[in-house]
Amino acid sequence: MTALAHVPTSTGQPAGPPPPPRHDRHRLLPYLLLLPGAAWLLLFFAVPLFQLAAASLYDPTGSLSTGYALTWAFGNYPDVLQAYWPQFARSFGYAGIALLLALLMGYPLAYAIAQKAGRWKNLLLVCVVAPMFTSFLVRTLAWKTILSDNGWLVGLLRDVHLLGPDGRLLATPVAVVLGLTYNFLPFLVLPLYASLERLDYRLLEAASDLYASPVQIFRKVTLPLSMPGLIAGTLLFFIPATGDYINAELLGTPNEYMIGNVIDSAFLVRLDYPQGAALSFLLMAAILAVVFGYLRRAGTEEVL
Amino acid sequence: MTGMSAKTTGRAAPAGDLRLVNLTKRFGIFTAVDDLSLTIPQGSFFALLGASGCGKTTTLRMIAGLEQPTSGQVLLGDRDIARLRPYKRPVNTVFQSYALFPHLNIFENVAFGLRRRGIRSVDDEVLRMLALVQLDDFGHRRPAQLSGGQQQRVALARALINQPQVLLLDEPLGALDLKLRRQMQIELKRIQTEVGITFVHVTHDQEEAMTMADTVAVMNAGRIEQLGAPADMYEYPATAFVANFLGQSNLLAAEAAGGSGSEVPVTAHGARFSVPAGRARADRGEVYLGVRPEKLHLADSADQVPAGHQHVTGVVSDASYVGVSTQYLVRTGWGSELSAFAANSGLGGRLPVGAAVVAHWDPRHAFLLPRAPGQDDRTAGLLDEPVGASS
Amino acid sequence: MKFSRWLADHWVMGVALLVLGYLSLPILVVAALSFNRPSSRLSYDFNEFTLDNWRQPCATSDMCDAVLRSVQIGFIATVVATVLGTLMAFALVRHRFTGRSGINLLIFLPMATPELVMGTSLLALFVSAGVPQGFWTVVIAHVMFCVSFVVVTVKARLAGMDRRLEEAAADLYASPWQTFRLVTLPLVLPGIVAAALLAFSLSFDDFIITNFNAGTTVTFPMYVWGAAQRGIPPQVNVIGTAMFVIALLLVGLTSLRGRRSRRAGLPVAPAAGRRAKSPT
Repeated sequence: MTALAHVPTSTGQPAGPPPPPRHDRHRLLPYLLLLPGAAWLLLFFAVPLFQLAAASLYDPTGSLSTGYALTWAFGNYPDVLQAYWPQFARSFGYAGIALLLALLMGYPLAYAIAQKAGRWKNLLLVCVVAPMFTSFLVRTLAWKTILSDNGWLVGLLRDVHLLGPDGRLLATPVAVVLGLTYNFLPFLVLPLYASLERLDYRLLEAASDLYASPVQIFRKVTLPLSMPGLIAGTLLFFIPATGDYINAELLGTPNEYMIGNVIDSAFLVRLDYPQGAALSFLLMAAILAVVFGYLRRAGTEEVL
Repeated sequence: MTGMSAKTTGRAAPAGDLRLVNLTKRFGIFTAVDDLSLTIPQGSFFALLGASGCGKTTTLRMIAGLEQPTSGQVLLGDRDIARLRPYKRPVNTVFQSYALFPHLNIFENVAFGLRRRGIRSVDDEVLRMLALVQLDDFGHRRPAQLSGGQQQRVALARALINQPQVLLLDEPLGALDLKLRRQMQIELKRIQTEVGITFVHVTHDQEEAMTMADTVAVMNAGRIEQLGAPADMYEYPATAFVANFLGQSNLLAAEAAGGSGSEVPVTAHGARFSVPAGRARADRGEVYLGVRPEKLHLADSADQVPAGHQHVTGVVSDASYVGVSTQYLVRTGWGSELSAFAANSGLGGRLPVGAAVVAHWDPRHAFLLPRAPGQDDRTAGLLDEPVGASS
Repeated sequence: MKFSRWLADHWVMGVALLVLGYLSLPILVVAALSFNRPSSRLSYDFNEFTLDNWRQPCATSDMCDAVLRSVQIGFIATVVATVLGTLMAFALVRHRFTGRSGINLLIFLPMATPELVMGTSLLALFVSAGVPQGFWTVVIAHVMFCVSFVVVTVKARLAGMDRRLEEAAADLYASPWQTFRLVTLPLVLPGIVAAALLAFSLSFDDFIITNFNAGTTVTFPMYVWGAAQRGIPPQVNVIGTAMFVIALLLVGLTSLRGRRSRRAGLPVAPAAGRRAKSPT
């Protein structure tokens, strides 16, 4: 090998700044790529939220035909709360109970698919997602058949005296909660599955090697490690369940109406926009409060 | 490699040496490559050796054009290519873990470069190239259907078919198992000799670098610590870093008083030694006295030490038998543990732990290195792996 | 003793199968009802087996009009949302720019906001801007809530792609445009297709947001909603069953393709599960 040495620096003219044109184009490019999508989201997601906020402060005595005036009518909020607090309470109550049921069902399901299913894993996953392949509304209507007074389920429950001879399932809170649980269960199971699937079974073996009982293994290893999926799944279940009104409408009666039913009728039947907007805003604020309170307690804000 | 005519591939005449001049790359406040200058002669097999994060891959990427230097030049012959886009450079790369296009078959992977340069009839070239890497019948397969070693050869063929002026290899053997790696080392070397293209090979494996390259540059913290032929560097390292990166060394903290004669006298831990002046990188003040473990011999008593050898006494504190050799640790009177390898040639008996021994060496095998004030002995300790196995 | 040990090992699987039964029951009912001749318009009980519903799925022509309209809306919304979302995903994965966290928030929020709020706020916007509601306001709304899901899906695929493949292309004399056309696009395409399927299914099945912004336009879910008050024609179950079967076939196909590309060493795009919301 010859002439291998650190080359003297005399030939090294100082390198100028990198050629500018290419760099400028590159700096603009991401914004050009983002522009159409971001504009769409701003215009049709963000701006409408402000419009909704404004509508919630309209003069409540106006109407769609005579026009609304923005009078900063903050009184709309206490008014609607006073009028509709039962529906608010029901929304959160039903969604909360449905969430508990969904956790009781969804955790074993996600765990079994992730850790126990072996080569059936993909098939079982498809079974979880499959309900969503067909229409939400058509599926919810199918529950009307299942829970019907003449159906086998009610018959069975009456026979074993879990229901009285005239007891029903349809048009009761039970039906609404069952419907909510059913409709949003996959949203809870999928993220939960994703984090349980990453769980290394050797950790469970290690825990059991280190004298942990099955219950302790679950509490000390499985549960903490599945927390990100659990939190994500809980939110993905709870947010749409609270805002849902299809189950209450199709499986319940006005006695089971949730806040969504009220908002729907405020906007589309009674055409009382200030009231509807105020209710919508309250719903969002309440959900955000619950979500952030929950995240703070769960201590993992990075899931957002 | 006689078949590739200049006509079909449009190869230009060899452009000359690859020279990096004051090449610097900063990422934010981190300097990955620091004012690097070196010359890689045309047609040589050059290895950039260093631990991960030492800047060797960044250097390679700047030559390939995948990274823009913060300052400095990349000269191919007399032409500065530092600002050329990668697809305009007569330089090709064999990527770490190969980066074969998963959606194209092997034939199309190899033909990719020729097609991009507008060459229509690529069949002959591609088949010849596949033959060179001994994958004749694999053209229609997908990369995922090939083993690691086969993928590696496809990556090599895909780059070589373009007859680049310089071929860059980014840890090309890192993903292969030991046996395959050996085999590919020999094959790469054979191909390089055959095609005569300049190879720049980046690796963290000192043995790979030493066995394959004509010239090795050891990089550390964005700079070149030492550069030279592998044997020269191993026998006479320039810095303590090189002494322990290329193989291992026993480095004893010593003071040199300087000398005008052919010997440099040093004092270490109260004892006096000397080193030939030609093997002293420093001859005054704080120095390291270095001896490679395999050049450190063990004897039962001082009267067995050959004439002219220098020695220290100690006790065997650890002996591990690794087949071809036995590695001993010898605890010296001042507490440091020297490492010594004894070939299991069947000539001498094995020494038990606790035996009092004399460790001796030929001063012509020792070397002196500069030492930062306050640094203590740096001894090899037990090797993580036996000599002869690469990491 | 033996039985309790067996139970301890297998109860989780038992519970899981029961829950899967709960999840599958309504689909079986829908399929069964598609072969039902109901005793009256308002009856939901199984009465008598018939093939009439499958022979004449469009016996109630409003329903088929609604299905067709949903397909049209779904198609347009899918194309627009897929283009917009894919561009955004490229920007997010491939470029550094200031304002990234703001953009991420803008993409995340629509996925976390109750549909009710999005639907009513768009209604408030359209009414105050004097935009008459109908086909195109539905399309606008659907694009809005589909974009985020497209971004998330394509982003996952892009982020899983080895950047060195593009560097290798550049190293092998491909210009940036050639690199995009010959390497990037073919490798990201499965993600884009998955995103488009997801967007279509979201759009096709949306009720709440559509309900607030459709004016007099009737999509399939809105038709079902209206019919639920007046009595459901059994053909609704035919459509529901057909949708299910088609979606199942699509999933089967993509999973076959997925298996192929897995063999080819590609990251597989997330399954096109409807609303497979994944928080970022």
